[in-house]
Amino acid sequence: MTTSEKYVTAAYLVLLGALLAYLLIIALKVGRLEQELADLARAAREKRGG
Amino acid sequence: MSTWSRNRNGRAGKAGDASVAAALAVAATGLLVGGLALAFFWAPEDADQGFSQKIFYIHVPIALTAYACFIVGAWKALRLLGTRDRRYDLESYTAIHMGVIFGLLTLVTGSIWAKVSWGQWWTWGERQLVLFLILFLFYSSYFMLRYSTDPGPRRERNSAVYALFGVVLIPVSFLAVRIAGTILHPTIFTHKGANLPGTMLVSVAVCFAGMLTLAATLYRVELAGKRIDASLRELRELLA
Repeated sequence: MTTSEKYVTAAYLVLLGALLAYLLIIALKVGRLEQELADLARAAREKRGG
Repeated sequence: MSTWSRNRNGRAGKAGDASVAAALAVAATGLLVGGLALAFFWAPEDADQGFSQKIFYIHVPIALTAYACFIVGAWKALRLLGTRDRRYDLESYTAIHMGVIFGLLTLVTGSIWAKVSWGQWWTWGERQLVLFLILFLFYSSYFMLRYSTDPGPRRERNSAVYALFGVVLIPVSFLAVRIAGTILHPTIFTHKGANLPGTMLVSVAVCFAGMLTLAATLYRVELAGKRIDASLRELRELLA
């Protein structure tokens, strides 16, 4: 692999890495929102139950 | 309108949003894969820079997408100031958020290209680079300003005014390379037209369309996440 090829690969990997990192962040956020929604649903049920 | 029809329309709207985001994601993938295939297998190698010029096909589309995100952010900010409709605040914030991500990617891919082409990661002598850095730092500071004040109309107004000020830097940054007559940073679009062969121009145009579509997809996903967050916060306050 030439020096140019190494740098081009690195630049494209940066973009791919950013996309994967973003996907991971979104996945973690969805998990957190799901948990919060479940907590709120439980709180609402408890409130209605008395 | 009855509660039932409101709910029904609301659900239909959310399902429509999800379909649009899915369609955008598919289009972005197709355009980016197609654009990069054109860049690597159809467009010729640059006579001066050789294979390292292939970075151009992601660096330029990413930079132009960052500008587009900041322009959308400023446009939404203007709409907020004009209409006082609070949804524009979240939309402006999300567009600037996307712009900062694409701005960071511009700086990183640009640095890698600079190292292989010029032999240095960064040069302070190039006005376009410095102006882009200023633009990036300006919009990065937007978040500090936003979170230094309590949520409410004051924060929304301050953030909108700040977003609008930043947009002035975009034409300056874009035109700097043309005005300055720089030695290192190449100029692609001159007043005489595109300064590169048709095959390269088509390839970079497809990559740019793909990058814009990717940004639109991420914008929708991010905005949906922020809206759900806001709704949950409201629900939590109601149940407290």
